[in-house]
Amino acid sequence: MTDITTDTPIATTPQAPKKRIKWNVVADHAVLILGSLFMLLPVVLAFTTASHDAVTIHREGLQLKMGDQLGTNFRLAMFEKGGFTETVDGMKMLTNSFILGIGFAVGKIIIGMTAAYAIVYFRLRFATFAFWIIFTTLLLPLEVRILPSYEVIQGLGLTNTYTGLIVPLIASATATFFFRQYFRSVPEELVEASRIDGAGPVKFFIDILVPLSRTMIAAMFIIMFVFGWNQYLWPTLITTEESFFTLVRGIKQIVISYTDAAIPEHGQALALAFVAIVPPVLVVIFFQNWFVKGLTESDK
Amino acid sequence: MAKVTLEQIHKVYPNGFEAVTPSSFDIPDGEFVVLVGPSGCGKSTLLRMIAGLEDISSGNLSIGDRVVNDVDPADRNIAMVFQNYALYPHMTVAKNMGYGLKNRGVSKDEIAKKVQEAAEMLDLTKYLDRRPSQLSGGQRQRVAMGRAIVRNPDLFLFDEPLSNLDAKLRNQMRIEIRALQRRLGVTAIYVTHDQVEAMTMADRIIVLNEGRIEQIGTPTEIYENPASTFVAGFMGAPPMNLLKATVNGSGAAKVADGLEFDAPVTAEGDVLVGIRPEDLEPAEDGALQMDVQIVEELGANRLLHGLMGGQAFSVSVPKQQDTQAGEVRLRMKSGATHFFNPGTGRRL
Repeated sequence: MTDITTDTPIATTPQAPKKRIKWNVVADHAVLILGSLFMLLPVVLAFTTASHDAVTIHREGLQLKMGDQLGTNFRLAMFEKGGFTETVDGMKMLTNSFILGIGFAVGKIIIGMTAAYAIVYFRLRFATFAFWIIFTTLLLPLEVRILPSYEVIQGLGLTNTYTGLIVPLIASATATFFFRQYFRSVPEELVEASRIDGAGPVKFFIDILVPLSRTMIAAMFIIMFVFGWNQYLWPTLITTEESFFTLVRGIKQIVISYTDAAIPEHGQALALAFVAIVPPVLVVIFFQNWFVKGLTESDK
Repeated sequence: MAKVTLEQIHKVYPNGFEAVTPSSFDIPDGEFVVLVGPSGCGKSTLLRMIAGLEDISSGNLSIGDRVVNDVDPADRNIAMVFQNYALYPHMTVAKNMGYGLKNRGVSKDEIAKKVQEAAEMLDLTKYLDRRPSQLSGGQRQRVAMGRAIVRNPDLFLFDEPLSNLDAKLRNQMRIEIRALQRRLGVTAIYVTHDQVEAMTMADRIIVLNEGRIEQIGTPTEIYENPASTFVAGFMGAPPMNLLKATVNGSGAAKVADGLEFDAPVTAEGDVLVGIRPEDLEPAEDGALQMDVQIVEELGANRLLHGLMGGQAFSVSVPKQQDTQAGEVRLRMKSGATHFFNPGTGRRL
């Protein structure tokens, strides 16, 4: 035994200064760099093209060089009243997108957490059954049930309202599932300790469970915010008034020219597309620490 | 502060498993009672029933003069210390300790005062603003104690509170908990599987096995007069030696040829002879002969393991005694032989 331990350092030291190229590391990096370029290039292209005027884009296609119309395009896209009714500008759409994204995320988190709380902590006769029923709704995304959903919302007179935009989408099997898994990993003793400390179900939820789940909440918020922000089909269906348009929807509206003679404002559309990308990216960047913690941390 | 009375407390789980057979005992005010037994013996279930965390299947539980079977845990005026401490990880030490008071609607100043008092008692004043994750195991244990103290409970419940600590800290906390309980004079029920904790801390020990109470008594009573082979084997390390023997009318229990012990008059037929390892000592002219196979060095003493009369046997000898493997002659220090019925395991 002692022979082995004393021999090893002697054997390895001479090799240490020699710098060998580790090809597998190089390959890993090449793949990663290529992958990120592949993802980033369209964004760069959209940004550079957005700096040209509509005529140039229409005539010459996408531009890699920066043009001189960047400010103008962004200003027009964001602040010029446009659309069919001439009442909606980029700022309004941005606001709408935020309302949808945040409403969607917050709604899903509240519904998911309370559902998971009921399933995990209460002695319900059909708790497991209820959970699996909720879980199977993953098989029924909005696209599958879009006609009945529309029918219901229309029947309730909720078309062209924020309620109609958000509420039908906030029931979430995904959030329920993640919170259920998380709650199950919270030590039983915490519940018991808080029972002895005189905390009832509501107090336990608010004082203990919600603060404990904050990384999980942040992770859910990111996923759901981005998901809500990128909603296209449902907003298209449920809102006809332009004052309810979201960014994702509005981009298309700019490209449509209302008179035959006009050239579609591609520059402005791309500027708006760029604006539409920024908030989800910022959310992910600022919350990524929490995100990773929420989904991977098991130590409580 | 209160006495605790259990009358025929019984626990059957919905799947039919009988965790605790009907058990009755009284705990007078201010007593420190230890429930001890191997895992799965029902000691934790019993404690959790007293805490109100498990329903009582039948029987009556009183704390003070009040039957509390259907009283919510929060209203029993008890405090519990858990094995993994169960501190709220997102709250500071001060908040952890004050949470129960806050839920009872105690004013902020009052909470701060009580937390401060408890922190001083437990030497935690420096750590009041820290989170549990920033504390060591022993400090967390103290916070859990503090959380119990600030409530001014009638009854302390401890569920294996020291089993997550290392051996040295465990010895220290054992003494601290005992001292604290004495000082506060609060009745305490302490669950452990560690017989050393049971022996050192308890005013009275309740030994449980498979949901049954095997014996209730002071540590000395339990050690000196174990009521069954289970208690004899569980309390004491190394456990009591149990030799198979037969009594046939002569008043002597015969283990093997030339190896006999005086048996009590009630003994007849097959019996088990129990001898504590420390109740023997090596002697040139000793009547007992043992074939030592292994010598374990413990520092303060040595353990000799081997065979006596063809059966496994252990003897503990002081460190001054020079011993080696091989034949050793032994002498009984006192007449401390115990006799048990091999069928029921009960003392004869």
